[in-house]
Amino acid sequence: MDLALIAQHVVNGLMLGLIYALVAVGFTLFFGVLDIIKFSHGDVLTCGVFTAFAAFLGLQVLGLESKPLILVVIGVLGMAGMAVLGVLIARVLVLPLKGAPALNVLLITLMLGTVLRESIRLFFPDGANPKRFPALLPDWSHSWGRFTLRFDNTVLLITGLLLIVGVQLIIKHTKLGMAIRAVSQDEETAKVMGINFNLVVFITFAIGSALAAFAGLVSGLYYNEITFNMGLLLGAIGFSAAAVGGFGNLYGAIIGGFLFALLQTVGAVLLPFASAYKDVFAFGIIIVIMALKPTGLLGEKETQRV
Amino acid sequence: MNQHPSAPVSCLPALLAVPLGAVFMALSLGSESQGLVFGLLLGGSMGLGLAHHLGWLDRAGCSAAAWPRTFGGAVLVAVAGVCLWFHDDPFVLFLIATVLVYTLACFGLNIQFGFVGVVNFAGASFVGVGCYTAAILTKHTAIPHLLVLLAGGLAAALVGSILLIPVLKTRGHYAALVTIAFALLFKIFLEVNDVMGGPQGLKSSGLKVLGWDFNRDVSLGPFEGSFYLNYVAMILALTVLGFILARRLEESWIGLKLDAVRLDELGGACFGLHVPRWKITAFTIGNFYCGVVGAFFAMMLGYIAPSNFAFGDSLILISIITLGGLGSLWGTVAATAIVILLPEKFQILQEYRFLLYAALVIVILLFRPQGLLPRPLRRYAMLQRDGS
Repeated sequence: MDLALIAQHVVNGLMLGLIYALVAVGFTLFFGVLDIIKFSHGDVLTCGVFTAFAAFLGLQVLGLESKPLILVVIGVLGMAGMAVLGVLIARVLVLPLKGAPALNVLLITLMLGTVLRESIRLFFPDGANPKRFPALLPDWSHSWGRFTLRFDNTVLLITGLLLIVGVQLIIKHTKLGMAIRAVSQDEETAKVMGINFNLVVFITFAIGSALAAFAGLVSGLYYNEITFNMGLLLGAIGFSAAAVGGFGNLYGAIIGGFLFALLQTVGAVLLPFASAYKDVFAFGIIIVIMALKPTGLLGEKETQRV
Repeated sequence: MNQHPSAPVSCLPALLAVPLGAVFMALSLGSESQGLVFGLLLGGSMGLGLAHHLGWLDRAGCSAAAWPRTFGGAVLVAVAGVCLWFHDDPFVLFLIATVLVYTLACFGLNIQFGFVGVVNFAGASFVGVGCYTAAILTKHTAIPHLLVLLAGGLAAALVGSILLIPVLKTRGHYAALVTIAFALLFKIFLEVNDVMGGPQGLKSSGLKVLGWDFNRDVSLGPFEGSFYLNYVAMILALTVLGFILARRLEESWIGLKLDAVRLDELGGACFGLHVPRWKITAFTIGNFYCGVVGAFFAMMLGYIAPSNFAFGDSLILISIITLGGLGSLWGTVAATAIVILLPEKFQILQEYRFLLYAALVIVILLFRPQGLLPRPLRRYAMLQRDGS
């Protein structure tokens, strides 16, 4: 296998890894503040990209021509819309179940995911069929032998990485981030210190959901196609990535996301049998990792001995 | 016979409730027009509300709890009666069989989630293992079909044992991940492999027991009925067997240990309980149930495809046991009937089926997290009663 092909696989893998990492960061943020898994996250992603798509159709009716402007507008609308949806979910479904068994929250958000997914399928015009997502970035590309670097992929990759770094900076270096970390560490003490607990939860849900919308947009621009059930697998992968990294650990989520993409790429390229088994391979390895590291690669060790 | 500490409870309220329920089910199943179904549903809910208000429901519940065998027998007779009433209506019989199929699979999940607290988000996958086992065995071998049912269960238990180590080592959300990942992996595997039919799926032959062909219409003297009557009888027998086994398990010392593991793993371990052993037991038995159900289902449908075993179907199974009340076997029966029959009778709802299930479970979790018929507290008197 020559270098060009390897480089091509690396770039493709990085794109996938970016999408997974963006989703996984959301999972890990929610887990951090509330110790819950919000499984509707993948479907929030779908909602985000469909919101952006609807906005695109609306802008076309209005007659807006400039592609970069359209992209920025629909991106902002999708992310803002999902931020609001995230806050709503936290307010209506997640906070009322505080203190209930952990699996109840998992179940209720799984079901919410189904509600969102089915709503798109049933109520979006012709929602059951795949939609062609417009190519809004210029299709410039440069080839070195068999390796082709597309301009749009580069832009998406850089923007995505900047976004992840931005979130990480917010968490580590701002007052808001300190509040989020305080709540994750000890809710009671954080409250005593005058932190508005509900507000922190809402902001975290807004950030996480906006990231999911962005991941959806990246996926839509990358594959040029969106479907009502794209979020189910992406959500499950993001969940796996966050778990493999260790819930509540931001770096773990990022590593987990890229690790999953690596497993898929390796599965597709190196496995002797059909590349169709790449997801089977990746999920299989995830299960093995969970058996070896029950709280994830970077997770806190939990010891219970009798 | 009855050693309940309070005054002896009459078995009459329970025995009265059963035929009422049976007549209501028969009317609902038999009615063709949407308006009539809706009217019946409305009337039924209002009747239940009234009965609850007057305290009749509680009395029926108490009496059913005090006379579990009498009540169970009455329900069995009632279901058999309803099936005979519809003996020449294949669709209704098929519906009843489907409800029983889901009920039995949910008993298995109840043993896992309700009794020992190991949540399994891959229930439909284990049903799928049973289905594919049955399809392959009936196609390539001449193994008697009763043994095929058993083989389906064993295959599911065996596949489940691959997951044992990660399931035992992980807790909470990490454990949920293991079965979710397995459910996705299994569905993708079925779709991409060439050996087992890929996305098109496989054909399975119909059930044959001791030369009795289940796919032939029943005719015994003057009595003639649809061939589905065979399948309903078989799955009814399996469900009763599954119910009795699960109930025995629950009431025995094993059930006591399972409860201890679920309620406080650490505490149980401190008292010398071997936690992994009981988790393995419950997980394997539950998967065995799912596998047997799958083998039966494949032979009844005659055709299986990967889309029957998607993650969404596993979620439906979990929704049913949550709706019925975790660990409550009668709750599971009631919840399955609601979840399966309601969308079938309302053809308008068919399209919105998944949306409605999901919304229903959300409402239940928000307002009645213990389910429709919560599992009652263990009564230690029951442990001795059989001997006296």
